[in-house]
Amino acid sequence: MDRYLKAIPPRAWYVAAGLLLVVYPFLTNDYWIDVANFFGIYAMLGLSLNIIVGYAGLFNLGHAAFYAVGAYTTAIINTTFHVPILWLVPLSALTAAGFAYLIARPILHLRGDYLCIVTIGFGEIVRITLVNNPLGLTGGPNGVLGIGRPSLFGLIIKQPLHFYFLIWAFVLLIVLGTKRLEESRIGRAWNYIREDALAAAAMGIDVARMKLLAFVIGAALAGVAGNIYASKMAVISPDSFTFWESVVMFSIVVLGGVGSIPGILVGTFGMFVLPELFRGFSSARMLVFGAAMIAMMIFRPQGLLPSQRWRRAMVDETVGLPAAGLSKTS
Amino acid sequence: MALLEVENLHIFYGHVHALKGITFHVNEGEMLTLLGANGAGKSTILRAVSGLLRPRQGRIVFDGKDITGLPAHQIVRLGVSHAPEGRKIFPTLTVEENLNLGAYSRWRDRTGVEESRRLVFRLFPRLAERRHQLAGTLSGGEQQMLAISRALMARPRLLLLDEPSLGLAPLLVRAIFKTIKEINAQGVTTLLVEQNARLALKLAHRGSVLETGNIVLSGTARSLLADERVRKAYLGER
Repeated sequence: MDRYLKAIPPRAWYVAAGLLLVVYPFLTNDYWIDVANFFGIYAMLGLSLNIIVGYAGLFNLGHAAFYAVGAYTTAIINTTFHVPILWLVPLSALTAAGFAYLIARPILHLRGDYLCIVTIGFGEIVRITLVNNPLGLTGGPNGVLGIGRPSLFGLIIKQPLHFYFLIWAFVLLIVLGTKRLEESRIGRAWNYIREDALAAAAMGIDVARMKLLAFVIGAALAGVAGNIYASKMAVISPDSFTFWESVVMFSIVVLGGVGSIPGILVGTFGMFVLPELFRGFSSARMLVFGAAMIAMMIFRPQGLLPSQRWRRAMVDETVGLPAAGLSKTS
Repeated sequence: MALLEVENLHIFYGHVHALKGITFHVNEGEMLTLLGANGAGKSTILRAVSGLLRPRQGRIVFDGKDITGLPAHQIVRLGVSHAPEGRKIFPTLTVEENLNLGAYSRWRDRTGVEESRRLVFRLFPRLAERRHQLAGTLSGGEQQMLAISRALMARPRLLLLDEPSLGLAPLLVRAIFKTIKEINAQGVTTLLVEQNARLALKLAHRGSVLETGNIVLSGTARSLLADERVRKAYLGER
């Protein structure tokens, strides 16, 4: 199948995807537009987590914490000071990034599974803190109500259709931004660090700083997603930022293809839209989903649309060429 | 003048006292080889010099500047480049991409990097032929060439080579050592860690012998080759 997909020039893909994106909301009803809206929000979250997990190779199972910080920043400031939602986008990004800086700094020397466990811990701490209503700010288990709607050039964005264009504009911006980042000097540094941190350090890369940067940028984008989510829902509560959310985001990245932007979009589709399609079989839905995940890990561990590098690495292994370099002597 | 001075260096791995007060220096333009059995602490010295390990005690001075405890990326920028043991190349990247990593901290100096690339390809023409090939598909010898080349891409004043002969066929080892000699002759000060003592001493100007974290013997390469103890312990003579 891959061969047929490759025969289509990439530009054709972009044009088709762009057309579909614009036409889609006019072909369907509000329910499916809202599905697309949440698809967009999760795509943002997936893309933001992809920077941390996919590019820098840092296991983060507490990404919902950054999402929550962004959402609550917007919610609290909007409801108390009535600052317009869209003005709060950079602020949400900043608070989430600042929060990531604070928690990531002391734990970045941890590796793999250890880092993963600590991020789970941080994710839970944030959620429980929100439930406990510190300083009366977060509204406890009820959350924050009555969050305003964003307005753009006098148009108040309220209907799903309006949100659709707002959300997907953000998705597009983030896609373009992360693409640039991936190809930049920073992106290459992450790549080296993920493959071999010691060799990267020996060659002059500031490993600690680059890892921190991945966390901070990833968190900032999750904060942006949180801002949009808060205004879309008008109500947020700690229930929206559970460990399960972090798991979903992590699965999006792994399912779609670690480090690959198209992969993340496909992964989000798989994680989010497909279960929606099968809502009819609601009782068996999770069972099917679980089975699909297991099948994926067995038959396509590199993800649905892996990045170029993963594809190369996998090809190497199947051909039986030396992957680590030490196994073969000349 | 000494380009690198190491003074009373102590390194611990947890509770294990790996280096017990090492003192040596490398003169500008010279090649010094560190000899010793497995676990004597040769690689540990290189890792300490390149900043991958932090010494518990002691001083490392490069070009008159105290670099003790400096992070690795800053030491690279000062002109120390490390080709680590086991090559540590990136198998899923192409030869060219691996080389680009070596020049990572020279991103402002495009013409200089281009020059280094030409130099490296002249030293190892086989890498030029395979520049678009994945590094993981290279032979062991070519991977070693790539590891050395990658270190050279940082345009080092001091090159740290860790066991460049590891796992290579004797003929290839000789070829690579010839190139190392050429690199040194072009003015790159070299600190060579090697198990193949005979070859290393033929190449280097001076040598030091390590035993369980201590330098037990130092001298010119010629004197070490003639030394009774070295001949017995490392050159396999009776």
